[in-house]
Amino acid sequence: MTAIPDPHAVAPAPSVRAPADADPPPPPPRPFLTRLGDWASDDIPAAIALVVLSVIVACSIFAPWIAPHDPTLQNYDIILEAPSPDYLLGTDDLGRDVFSRLIHGASASVYAAFLSVGVAALLGIPVGLIAGYAGGYVDEAVSRIIDTFLSFPAIVLAIAVTGVLGIGLTNAMIAVGIVFAPQLARLARARALVLKQELYVDAARCFGASTGHILIRHVLPNAIQPVLVQMTLLMAVALLAEASLSFLGLGMQPPEPSWGSMIARAYLYIQLAPEQMWAPGIAILVTALSFNTLGESLREALDPTSR
Amino acid sequence: MKDMAPDSPLLRVEGLGIGFGARRGRIALRITEGVSFDIARGERVGLVGESGCGKTITGLSLMRLLPGNARIEGRILLDGEDLAKASPPRMRKIRGKRIAMIFQEPMSALDPVFTIGAQIGEALTLHETVTRAECRERVVEMLAAVGIPAPEKRHDEYPHQLSGGMRQRAMIAMALICKPELIVADEPTTALDVTIQAQIMDLLRDLSERTGTALLFITHDLGVVAETCTRMITMYAGQVVEDAPVDAALTRPRHPYTSGLLRSLPQLNRARGEFAFIAGRVPSPAAMPAGCRFRSRCELAGPGCEAPQTLERVEEGRLARCHRAPDLDLPGAVA
Repeated sequence: MTAIPDPHAVAPAPSVRAPADADPPPPPPRPFLTRLGDWASDDIPAAIALVVLSVIVACSIFAPWIAPHDPTLQNYDIILEAPSPDYLLGTDDLGRDVFSRLIHGASASVYAAFLSVGVAALLGIPVGLIAGYAGGYVDEAVSRIIDTFLSFPAIVLAIAVTGVLGIGLTNAMIAVGIVFAPQLARLARARALVLKQELYVDAARCFGASTGHILIRHVLPNAIQPVLVQMTLLMAVALLAEASLSFLGLGMQPPEPSWGSMIARAYLYIQLAPEQMWAPGIAILVTALSFNTLGESLREALDPTSR
Repeated sequence: MKDMAPDSPLLRVEGLGIGFGARRGRIALRITEGVSFDIARGERVGLVGESGCGKTITGLSLMRLLPGNARIEGRILLDGEDLAKASPPRMRKIRGKRIAMIFQEPMSALDPVFTIGAQIGEALTLHETVTRAECRERVVEMLAAVGIPAPEKRHDEYPHQLSGGMRQRAMIAMALICKPELIVADEPTTALDVTIQAQIMDLLRDLSERTGTALLFITHDLGVVAETCTRMITMYAGQVVEDAPVDAALTRPRHPYTSGLLRSLPQLNRARGEFAFIAGRVPSPAAMPAGCRFRSRCELAGPGCEAPQTLERVEEGRLARCHRAPDLDLPGAVA
């Protein structure tokens, strides 16, 4: 404050009757690791899920260094072998190491999950927020398009989109993302419809905020909670969609491994070596379950009133 | 409060008419008609009237925050600039910076996902370029100024961690952070309990005196007006019926409606069982009577009342919309 008396200068007023509040000084901010520890001990399933997902993400990144064998190297002397110290999970019908293929397949799965949900979020959230906030004709038009998309079975639409975009994991997952987008859009729209009635949105307008600013600063953060939860749940669905599309031959192309294509391969020899299904099957199950658990935990953690 | 010349008010509202459901330029439903008043710099004006008389809509129209299907007639002059015709970007520059608003519900007027400090800072950064440190410093300073204890700590707390009174103080801090020239307070204390109400009103009066910010109180609580305001504007059925200095209006109202409002205040020294009220209800905007709008409820209605009434000067600084105002001797609230 300057020495010049400013007509607007506001000094703490002793005349203001403020309730005497004997607040203790704020506790020093606790280190991140302590808080992480508290959270983990509060929610053990979520902590386990986080560890599992971290391991899977690490596998997908460091696969070439972790995997004991080349995942595409064929050896016709050891076809459909049982697990052994050298081949931890046995070998597949072309004599490739199942364990190495599982580790390399993780990157396809993680990539598939993040790509498809990312595409869905980028498409769905803005469209939903704008439709809900704008209302009127915009909302009508967007909602009908969303309804149309939702009326298709997801896999059928993904197959159709892959048909247009071409076969391959990236195209398949973009297709899955497009299929997911209406789900997120509908959630975001529903939240925006509620939030635009909130007084703090009016208050923000009242303080001179533009529509874009209100959408990004007030509507998006308040709408994002159920959307984020839905996104983690979609990650699990994306994983299964990747498996399905790869199983159908529309996703990961041979010889590159993915969990879905591994199951597809193993399916051919189910009578000879049924144990071939287990490794990729359990990997998909555990990963999907982890995403779901983490999503549930996120739902609770994001509620500001539960802090 | 340097410029108090009556010819250059901070805000001049002229013939403000608000209506809804306009088609081809014709307004289907008129809510207010010909509302005119001035607010000088640093003046505290109470806008009173019963529910549905157009107080809130008038307050919102000053900031052009009416719903999309509303139509505005007349002029809203802020320092000579007509806000009724201002472009949306221009309006955004004025909202928060020159005219700020305080709402009735502090519970829901704060965004639950941001800290108090972040929200007040947001109101500041929308209009001024400040560094983060500067922003924090000014927000904490403002929190202290509105009487929030431990402002450094409250800065980083979420709205749900604050009591109702604290939230209303935070809203006031948000309204004041850009040092507006006028604050529109729409029933700022209705949602609070009585002791907190008194604190908030004291705070607003105090801040207005120290900063020279003009206040427009929209309320139906005449006690609030009596304690805080310098002038009282009474609205009835979408029209201003009386405009007078607050003491004069309370002791010797010039319009029968103001008198009726004052007499219907519960009083402790009155005998049991007597509870004055104004019979009937506000006419619907869809079926406004011709002539004096208060006629059907007025005890003093007589010849001449069937003609439309105009807002006339009764004495120095007093206006009333009643042709009999100069002759009437009406009872007020305080003897």
